[in-house]
Amino acid sequence: MSARPMDPQRRDFLARGLKAAAAIAVTGAVGHGLGWKTARDHKDEPGEWRLPDFSKPGIEPRLGIVTGPDRIRNLQKAMDALGGWSSYVGPGDRVLLKVNAAFASPPSIGATTHPDLVAETIAQCFRAGASRVVVTDNPIHEPAACFEWSGIGAAARATGADVWVPRDRDFKPVTLRGGRLIRRWPALHAPFEGINRLIGLAPVKDHYRSGASLTLKNWYGLLGGKRSVFHQDIHTLIAELAQLVRATLVILDGTSAMIRNGPTGGSLSDLKATHTMIVSTDPVAADAFGVTLLGRKASDLPHLARAAAAGAGTASYEMLNPIRIQAGPS
Amino acid sequence: MKITWVRRICQVFFLLLFLWFCLVTTVGTAWWQLRGWPVNWFLQLNPLTALGLILGTGALPSGLEWAMLTIVLTVILGRFFCGWVCPFGTLHQAIGWLGLRRASPAEQCMRHAFRPAQRMKYYLLTFLLAAAAVGLLTRAAGFLMKISPRWQAVQGMAAGSLQAGWLDPLAFMHRAVNLVLLPLADRWTQALWIGPRFHQGAALIGGLFLAALLINLWIPRFYCRYLCPLGALYGVLGRFALWRIGKKQDACSNCLLCEADCEGACQPAGRIRAHECVLCMNCLHSCPDDLIGYRTARSKSGERPAPDLTRRGVVASLLAGFMVAPFSRLTGRRDPRLIRPPGSRLERDFLARCIRCGQCMRICPTNILHPSISEAGLEGFGSPVAKYSLGTGGCQLRCVACTQICPTGAIRPLSLDEKLGRGTHAADGPVRMGTAFVDRGRCLPWAMNRPCIVCQENCPVSPKAITIQEVFEPSPGGDLAVIRADQLTLYFDETLLPASRNATEDTYCRITDGPDNRPRRVVEWTGSQLGIDPNDPWKAPPVKGAGAELLMHLQRPVVDPKQCIGCGVCESVCPLTVRRAIRVTPDNETRDPPSGFLL
Repeated sequence: MSARPMDPQRRDFLARGLKAAAAIAVTGAVGHGLGWKTARDHKDEPGEWRLPDFSKPGIEPRLGIVTGPDRIRNLQKAMDALGGWSSYVGPGDRVLLKVNAAFASPPSIGATTHPDLVAETIAQCFRAGASRVVVTDNPIHEPAACFEWSGIGAAARATGADVWVPRDRDFKPVTLRGGRLIRRWPALHAPFEGINRLIGLAPVKDHYRSGASLTLKNWYGLLGGKRSVFHQDIHTLIAELAQLVRATLVILDGTSAMIRNGPTGGSLSDLKATHTMIVSTDPVAADAFGVTLLGRKASDLPHLARAAAAGAGTASYEMLNPIRIQAGPS
Repeated sequence: MKITWVRRICQVFFLLLFLWFCLVTTVGTAWWQLRGWPVNWFLQLNPLTALGLILGTGALPSGLEWAMLTIVLTVILGRFFCGWVCPFGTLHQAIGWLGLRRASPAEQCMRHAFRPAQRMKYYLLTFLLAAAAVGLLTRAAGFLMKISPRWQAVQGMAAGSLQAGWLDPLAFMHRAVNLVLLPLADRWTQALWIGPRFHQGAALIGGLFLAALLINLWIPRFYCRYLCPLGALYGVLGRFALWRIGKKQDACSNCLLCEADCEGACQPAGRIRAHECVLCMNCLHSCPDDLIGYRTARSKSGERPAPDLTRRGVVASLLAGFMVAPFSRLTGRRDPRLIRPPGSRLERDFLARCIRCGQCMRICPTNILHPSISEAGLEGFGSPVAKYSLGTGGCQLRCVACTQICPTGAIRPLSLDEKLGRGTHAADGPVRMGTAFVDRGRCLPWAMNRPCIVCQENCPVSPKAITIQEVFEPSPGGDLAVIRADQLTLYFDETLLPASRNATEDTYCRITDGPDNRPRRVVEWTGSQLGIDPNDPWKAPPVKGAGAELLMHLQRPVVDPKQCIGCGVCESVCPLTVRRAIRVTPDNETRDPPSGFLL
């Protein structure tokens, strides 16, 4: 057969056929590849985060209760009684202070941790050799405003600590092993980067739903997401927080206590001068004593018994042989 | 350096300054945040706003004196603002340049040609000023009411309506940058806000902005030439400008190179349309014979000093403008649920001042202020409305940011003392935006017997405006018979005692037979037994067969309208996010005393 020049229509058809085949092949390959990848991704567990145990090993649970009108003097006396700051913060330590900065209200209202207390704690951490101190909270009101209004931001800056105002990206899901409520729930993660000591600083406040807002309730401010759903079972949640967060030290400031209209307050008449500073390595014990400043009993806070039963501390604070000191006015 | 390069540097400078002011309109104390930056400066330079406010309200809010500077300079120099300062104009010019950079001179001439439709902006200006000027009638009616009370009807119908903001290029650009571009950019940078920022209607604002920019690819400076009412006002103001663009001699080669590069489409080669000239100065350099100058003398080829408006066009736009307020007010009242920012004026006075610049929405730290879609009616489209369920919190108790930033005083500047009702304002009480109402059909403790009261906890006023009603409600399956009992424990048939699902702290038990029927708190709940609070034992253990009832102890929120300021913190924290179980409506808002419902 003699070679005939190819029919131009046929040539065009073949060329189109090749292009069509290539398009089909690419579609198939992309679809298959993506489908395979999605199927695989589905099996992957997205990164969760485990909160480390910040309690200092080898220290017996201690509780110091100092009475007196001067907040800073009380704190100094209490820390001296508990072995000094150097027992808890050592050279090179990176300390996170979890304050209560929930509301954009001035220090006089008492709804937030007092800035003097924050400043003194930071100064003492640095004096004990800490290389870095970070102050954080995930407040209820607009965060930047909370740190400014409460005076905590200014106190931290003046003493050389970093204020960490949380943003959306700073949260990672945590799960409490054996927990019922804290499961894959977003919690503050970024400020914990490189931290090896955790100190909780909480005021003594009335809280209608949980009975009182003390050092354990203060950990609520580590949670993100729509955390208000937990109010349906707040005692279980606080007991779970007590298990999740193991702090180096908690400082419960009862120099003045918000005895009603909590936890926001708003009026000086909501406050009572209770003149007490509580420092403990056991937050359950600290709270069990702290609630008495509000004229309530530890049994009025069912989460204390639950936290104790779960091994997070003891609600029978007298068992710790608390050191009681009368500091008097400065 | 060529004058056109000076102009470009000037334009870039003002564009960057504008963007910088948008950026620093952030509540905070850092140097790049709001702490004395004159962030409203561009809005205050605006004589259109100033004129609208003077016509509509008879007063000029402080800060808008800056508009006098623009007016004086325009009277002397012509439309310098359009070509040298306006950040929106700079964007139009840049995009128009992109679209034409490869076009032939003939094509460029065609795109930069004058079109009669450019007179549209003068009609728009007439329409907008007429709408605002109805405010004059209101005041005239106030005077005439002394003669006859019938004039009161006119006063009610015909308050001025400031609609200029919708086409005002500066308000337009503020809206687009503040409510769309910055929130979009901050998804990456996360520098301005703690989380993603949302604004209802952002798609519309962004879409209009994009359309206004992209249309320059067909006709350069489309917005400036056809729509911009501010440019039209400058055109009128610059009618007798001392310096003007024009030819030094009438005869020229008629190469039209000057018109190929003319931003205002003002025909510099022939009888120049001075009111269209934006002083871009391109023609000064494009004329090969150097016949065009910016001089005190008029063009040797003559000028067309005024836009060729028709009398019927002016009458039609005046009439249409006069009818905006009466017509839209006949359409019906605004949505009664509309909540305005704290310190907002009475609705009529508010609409005579609001230019929809979005500064209040930008500054609101909790993202509760949004442009109105339908809430404020047709007339109030784009004006700020507080939406507590869309933001990240309620109106913060100790925040007055939106009241301080409002450039036109639609929101009165409040001091913290005035907002909280302290000091010299103690007699007036706090500024109320409305009142919260509990939806008992959705509220967990009311509708489903589940504990919650997050709203009560977060209520920021003292004493709290949300009080608690304590009740015991029977638990489903909670009617039981006691098998045996001691003072602290009750034993039941294992198959009958429901498994504990709720927090035991909120569960109580009551003996229905016998004298002691006070409920006791359950502290222990295992398979077949209930332990009660050891601090509160039964005096005599219940007898075998006694009826026992399981109860839920509930704290139910009740709003005290005398304390509530309508800040919406409760609404924003309510865990029922689909439709909150406690919602604020503007009942009893301070700005409108008749909205009160309390005797």
